[in-house]
Amino acid sequence: MSDTHAESVRYVRDTMLPEQPPPATEVGVLGWMRESLFSTWLNAILTVLSVLFIYYVLSGILPWVFQSVWYAGSLDECRQIMKETWGETHGHACWAVIRDRWLQLLYGFYPPYPAYPDANVGAPPAGWWLPAYFRPNLAFVLLIVALAPVLFDTVSRKLLVVTAAYPFLMPWLMWGGSLWVPVGVALGFVILFAVVKYGSVRLGSLAAIITGVAAMLVWWGVLLGPFAGVMDQILPIALPTVESREFGGFMLALLIGIVAIGLSLPIGIVLALGRRSDLLIIKSLCVGFIELIRGVPLITLLFVASVLLNYFMPPGTDFDIIMRVMIMVTVFASAYMAEVIRGGLAALPKGQYEGADSLGLDYWQAQRLVIMPQALKISIPGIVSTFIGVFKDTTLVSIIGLLDPIGLSQGIRANQEWNGIYWELFAFIALLFFIFCFGMSRYSMYLERKLQRENR
Amino acid sequence: MTTNTDPPKESFRLSMLIYDTRYRSTTIQVVALIGFMLLAAWLINNTIQNLAALGKPIEFGFFLEPSSYDINQHILEYDSRDTHLRASFIGLLNTLIVAILGCATATVVGVLIGVLRLSKNWLVAKIMAVYVEMFRNVPVLLWIVLAMAILIESLPRPSAFRGDDPDATLKLFDTVALTNRGVYIPEPLLTNSLGSVHLFGQSSLRMDVSLDFLAFILVLVLSIFAARKVSARADAIQNATGERPTTWYINLGIVLLPLVILLWALGFHLGTPELKGFNFAGGIHMRNSLIALWLALSLYTAAFVAEIVRAGILAISHGQTEAAAALGLRPNRIMQLVVLPQALRVIVPPLISQYLNLTKNSSLAIAVGYMDITGTLGGITMNQTGRELECVLLLMLVYLSISLVISSIMNWYNNRVKLVER
Repeated sequence: MSDTHAESVRYVRDTMLPEQPPPATEVGVLGWMRESLFSTWLNAILTVLSVLFIYYVLSGILPWVFQSVWYAGSLDECRQIMKETWGETHGHACWAVIRDRWLQLLYGFYPPYPAYPDANVGAPPAGWWLPAYFRPNLAFVLLIVALAPVLFDTVSRKLLVVTAAYPFLMPWLMWGGSLWVPVGVALGFVILFAVVKYGSVRLGSLAAIITGVAAMLVWWGVLLGPFAGVMDQILPIALPTVESREFGGFMLALLIGIVAIGLSLPIGIVLALGRRSDLLIIKSLCVGFIELIRGVPLITLLFVASVLLNYFMPPGTDFDIIMRVMIMVTVFASAYMAEVIRGGLAALPKGQYEGADSLGLDYWQAQRLVIMPQALKISIPGIVSTFIGVFKDTTLVSIIGLLDPIGLSQGIRANQEWNGIYWELFAFIALLFFIFCFGMSRYSMYLERKLQRENR
Repeated sequence: MTTNTDPPKESFRLSMLIYDTRYRSTTIQVVALIGFMLLAAWLINNTIQNLAALGKPIEFGFFLEPSSYDINQHILEYDSRDTHLRASFIGLLNTLIVAILGCATATVVGVLIGVLRLSKNWLVAKIMAVYVEMFRNVPVLLWIVLAMAILIESLPRPSAFRGDDPDATLKLFDTVALTNRGVYIPEPLLTNSLGSVHLFGQSSLRMDVSLDFLAFILVLVLSIFAARKVSARADAIQNATGERPTTWYINLGIVLLPLVILLWALGFHLGTPELKGFNFAGGIHMRNSLIALWLALSLYTAAFVAEIVRAGILAISHGQTEAAAALGLRPNRIMQLVVLPQALRVIVPPLISQYLNLTKNSSLAIAVGYMDITGTLGGITMNQTGRELECVLLLMLVYLSISLVISSIMNWYNNRVKLVER
């Protein structure tokens, strides 16, 4: 066979041809453009239309953003300057409104120098003062420090001390008052921890937890007041108090968002476990709660916070509106979080539960060591998008009259000087929210990639 | 060593309630139930005491009193002499209107953007990604308020349409007027109307149902039914002979012709808006609040729908498409018979929950003054009567029922398309 073949073939190549570079139209920028912009006629038309669209949008936005007025006292003044400079008022932004009101949009009516609520921002009162808005700024910086070890594992573990202290430190910084109250509250948790740790050998774990909780409640209910009083006598450390109604701006949105996000994750986990529990009563209580909260819009819950919550409390109690709003937003976020985590729990193969059981782990050990780490990992995208949703939903508080950025923007637009302005204000607010929400969603993608165990 | 006898029968001790797993679950449940009941009793007791102190016992009689406020956008007749119940009903209808309009628009825009985001064209895909990120990461309330501000501040006043050389003109062949008081679109008018029937007497639910509309729906349903018969017959012929008769023009004729004849018989024509006095008359007046809410909600939700559609299409493995191509199916048949049925199973559940979100977000209408159920029952009615407890609870109940209806539809769908596993 091979012989006949060899005879019939006149020429056989006995060396390989050298490798040739691909044609210039297939690689590099040209190849990429052919591939992704002009592969077919339809594609080419779409590309041309897209370029025209981008040109149209940018030719509107860029002059508007950059050929703008920064120094003016009112919209009329702005328009006058525009007329003098460019001959028209259309297509130029008046950023003077942001220059005028950016501190208000960020901090609301929070006093810059607490002892003088009406102190002028530009000129601090006589004497020595901390920089303006020192307390909210410090709280924000500490937030970043507290979150760093949780978010990135390259950061030193020692910073976790800040994370543990932050829930007590932040309210003290923001609202002020005696330092000894948050310290006392934190001591309650220390008591709980100590009793559980050292009592569980002698009393058994359940009895130790019950004793610990009882001791903590007694400490908070009875001893906290005298403790703070005595400590104030010995070593008075206090910040001037700031009323809740002075909170506002983006700071308020962040505050409500952080509290709701921070609390909704643990509550959501408990609710999700309750919903998947075998105990009928616990399960139906959790299902009822979750479905009730998820079935109604947040705005109705905020109505509950603003008009009903005081009815539900013992006569005479009147706790402030921001606290009430925080409670309701947390409740709302927890129900959504519970459903996200339940999804993660349901997605876990049954073998994991059985494997944990066969190792002899009890319910809580199995949850802590086997189930939760995996279930939470699966539900990261859902958890983060719930966080983003909650953070965006904090703007709804403007409807019940709190002065978040949108509430303030309505005030500014109603103001005589800035009546008729809207693009600049909303662009600024949208940018603030965009930075935070987009950052969160990028972080969740990073975390997903990092925790990916398969295909490594 | 091992004995195989039953363990000795223990007598019951109190500590077994906690330490014996047989009893522990019961103990925990009983404790939880008692705790819950105590909490509920405490809350209810507080509420009763507080309300008694204010002299406001819980009762719903105020619903039958005249509302004495106006609702600017209503599809059923309503005036301020009507009861609070009627006002709430009108508000509920307004909620449903904006929800249905919004869901429809969000689906169309979202599917378009989701598909375009998967486009091979890099530029188109990037533009769509920018759209999605822009709308997803900014609060919906801001979009609503911004849309309202744009409509009010940038559209011309009705007076700008006046005169020989007006500053503003009607759009779309002189039929649509975009003004800062709202959008006026042509209304369908009939010269030989069949009239309407009045339902529910003088109660708060009373409504006039147009017979023309019913006739239209009836003819439409009948002709679609006939068209499906034709398709079924074509299927039968295809199964028998392998040749499929072309049916699309027959179907189109069957659906369209009767409707056209009906409309002609009823004397259908469009009534365009005209400038009269200080404002436009004729046509359908859509208030800016409705337009702003509709636009903002649907564009915002469209970003989420786009992501759902994209994820759904990506979830279908490439092998499915290749296998279908190997069977010799054409690209559009592959989409129709292989990809879409599987992708829809992934897409529909989250899509419906987006519809639910849109419906709940429509309660933000109160920010722009659109009178939906939150604006009537939870807004003016609550403020006028001072019955916060009753109003807010009823409001929650209404939304809860809407949610439950939508989620039961979702469950029904999920069960229907669920993969039957071994």
